[in-house]
Amino acid sequence: MTTIPFTIIENAKTHEVGAAASAGNADSVLRVPTEATLEALGWTQKPEGLCQGDVCIPIASRPELMTSEGVDLVGLGEMLGRPVAIDREESVASFGAEVASHGQQLAGGVAPDFTLPDLSGKEHSLSSFKGKKVLLIAYASW
Amino acid sequence: MWQALYEELGDRGFVPITIAVDASADDARPFIEKANPAHPSLIDTEHVVAHRYGMINVPTVVWIDEDGHIARPNTMEYGSDLFLEFTGRESGPFLEAVRAWVETGEIRGDETVPSEMPPPTEEEELARAEWALGWFLHQRGSTEAAHRHFDLAGELSPDDWMIRRGSMPIRGQNPMGPEFFELFKDWESRGKRSYASMASERRSE
Repeated sequence: MTTIPFTIIENAKTHEVGAAASAGNADSVLRVPTEATLEALGWTQKPEGLCQGDVCIPIASRPELMTSEGVDLVGLGEMLGRPVAIDREESVASFGAEVASHGQQLAGGVAPDFTLPDLSGKEHSLSSFKGKKVLLIAYASW
Repeated sequence: MWQALYEELGDRGFVPITIAVDASADDARPFIEKANPAHPSLIDTEHVVAHRYGMINVPTVVWIDEDGHIARPNTMEYGSDLFLEFTGRESGPFLEAVRAWVETGEIRGDETVPSEMPPPTEEEELARAEWALGWFLHQRGSTEAAHRHFDLAGELSPDDWMIRRGSMPIRGQNPMGPEFFELFKDWESRGKRSYASMASERRSE
């Protein structure tokens, strides 16, 4: 059994969740520390299942999702409806947005909030511009 | 160009926010310093806005109203005619449309403007996750692994230039060079997918 520190990337933030447990065999289930991973993704485990705010996802039908060795990373992504990019060798995984709700948010006309720095490092949030007509322009040097 | 528009319309509750989707503040610095903007000019090295807004290329513009709703969805628009020869898209009508919006609330568009933001596909979202993984690995110095994930991202979402062209400078490739011509031909061969075509494809699904 190899144990390596594992990093979860989500929403442009990185979280070290502790040592991953895997037999080193690419076919075996990749498990990562449950509590730290759930916390990184903004979920808590309750009797009702995995909960975030008012939403709870029952997990009784997936008894193998969480074991003493940790949470099945791929299975967790499926439960949460989020795509996961994984590099086992590098001990890092990256969670994409939850596809259905992201689509609903955008098609419903909500402008997602964001906070980004300017050249001086000062941070600005879109939400601070409520009351204005904002023209958002994304460009690049490429 | 946006600074000039800001000077013209800023006292009527209008603000442009420019987002440099670049690998570092240094890449964006020459553009920003030249423009010397009084409006927010932000740096998006993690592709946060690019991902949240489902942007697949630059320059993408979105109109957001006073209540934080999307007034006009993602479209490729230009603030000047510097690249008109390549893009075929004039800046004049677009700037006039922005003026009309600010002055009367009118939303002008043409067939290139989708009626709503295209909902992202599973592949596009996985590609973005792969991109974020590649970017993390690149910053950590795991270059070969980073490139593997950039490649994967590009395969999953071949029309995402934010990923495929955006990763070129990170990989030491010239974004105007041979890899770009490959990307362009590839995009053409697949029907020149645009925000408008994405929205209409996905509406009928």
